[in-house]
Amino acid sequence: MEIAAAAALGKFIGAGLACIGMGGSAMGVGNVAGNFLAGALRNPSAAAGQTATLFIGIAFAEALGIFSFLVALLLMFAV
Amino acid sequence: MANTTTEAAGAVTEATGHAAEAAGHAAQSAGMPQLDFSTFGNQIFWLAVALALIYFVLTRVALPRIGGILADRQGKITSDIAAAEELKLKAEAAEKAYNQALIDARAEANKIVAEARAEIQKDLDKATAKADAEIAAKAAESAKRIEEIRAGAAENVAVVAKDTAEAIVAALGGKADVGAVADAVASRLKG
Amino acid sequence: MATEEHSDGLTFHPMDQFKIQPLFREIEPGSCVPAEDIVHGCLKWYEPTNATLWMGLTLLAIFALFVLGTRGRAIIPSRLQSVAELGYGFVHKMVEDVAGKDGLKFFPYIFTLFCFIVFSNFLGLIPGALTTTSHIAVTAFMAVAVFLTVTLVGFVKNGAGFLGLFWVSSAPLALRPVLALIEVISYFVRPVSHSIRLAGNMMAGHAVIKVFAAFAPLVLISGIGIAVTPLSILAIVAMYALEILVAFIQAYVFTILTCVYLKDALHPHH
Repeated sequence: MEIAAAAALGKFIGAGLACIGMGGSAMGVGNVAGNFLAGALRNPSAAAGQTATLFIGIAFAEALGIFSFLVALLLMFAV
Repeated sequence: MANTTTEAAGAVTEATGHAAEAAGHAAQSAGMPQLDFSTFGNQIFWLAVALALIYFVLTRVALPRIGGILADRQGKITSDIAAAEELKLKAEAAEKAYNQALIDARAEANKIVAEARAEIQKDLDKATAKADAEIAAKAAESAKRIEEIRAGAAENVAVVAKDTAEAIVAALGGKADVGAVADAVASRLKG
Repeated sequence: MATEEHSDGLTFHPMDQFKIQPLFREIEPGSCVPAEDIVHGCLKWYEPTNATLWMGLTLLAIFALFVLGTRGRAIIPSRLQSVAELGYGFVHKMVEDVAGKDGLKFFPYIFTLFCFIVFSNFLGLIPGALTTTSHIAVTAFMAVAVFLTVTLVGFVKNGAGFLGLFWVSSAPLALRPVLALIEVISYFVRPVSHSIRLAGNMMAGHAVIKVFAAFAPLVLISGIGIAVTPLSILAIVAMYALEILVAFIQAYVFTILTCVYLKDALHPHH
């Protein structure tokens, strides 16, 4: 019983810790979008052609946050 | 007041406790539905069916149709632009022709005006010449008549002078000699 | 105390909305425990489930837009037809821009994926709906299909030259083996990230909405709910708006990554 309780405790603490990863991904996405905006304001005519690249970059940065979210979910519901 | 707050806080604590319990319960009974491998075969089968149907209908019906519509529209736009271009060229040609016609008409008009002017001048000259001739003839006639009148007048002056002289002589009580009076008058008129 | 008020407490079941259930029967509890070899009550592969239902609705929505919407074939399009043309043009341009002219051969394939994802994402936003694209099984099937297609195309088009994708010839010679290893790993991670990105995004948003929704009835239980309930409802609205954005962006990202992978297969030399 004690071990089970400790396991449950660890599970939730681990899930909470995994959510820190989402913060990292948030910074990554913000970095991508912010730099895109900075570049776009310098050269607005080139911005339209690069939106696809922007979304690809955001997708890559975001995927890692989603992974940490997945880890949290796995700890909560599947472990 | 403080009592209700404590109660409320207690309720929240309980509620979260329930939540944790419920979550734990869910974890035991179901876990993540996404990781329930017993449903994978079913999902994949139906997904494959759905994707195959979508692919079939899109490639057979929808995509060729939309592609056709877009191509038609493009073709229509291109042909319309070509037609508009042609019409524009025609309009330009028509304008050019119109301007040319205007220039021709103006030249023609000028020619006609010049001809008319020349004709009128000729008529005018002719009329002037005729009028001049008539005027000359009339002037000559008038001169002749004036000469006649003048001659007649001189004769009359002689007769009147003779009569007047005879009347004066008679008034003075003399008897005028007709021959002498005539001679005196003639010499005086010549004088 | 806790046992007495059990029915009154808040219940958090954020993952229940993703449950796959047969349409015409209930799975009896305990009749499907694969770990213990009890499978007689499990879902059969051919059974129609709620996933089948929502995939079917996705299918019907796509047909309604792209087949019924374009049946006029009008030069001056109706509203529905212009939406269909917009979707066609959007994906067509994406494939042409990213994968190049020779990528257009795969346009129907990519368009099918895009339509399926975008329609099931949006249909999944209907309250009570099952979001089929939030399931790893669904997205993994599509991602693996893309991965296999792209790999096959790469080898058919370029032969062994396709392996040049992993050999970065612009890097210093000493670094190339290391880079090749990294490239190979990242190549094989592609379907994983490709599928988990979509499923994770859809799952995360819906689960968060559900968590906020679970806070909403707090006003019935305790006084603090007067503050929490309006906030949670507001949060649901905000999350829903974000989810509408995410539903489209994730479909877009899945499609454009497919195009990028296709470009790598068609033109493997950096």
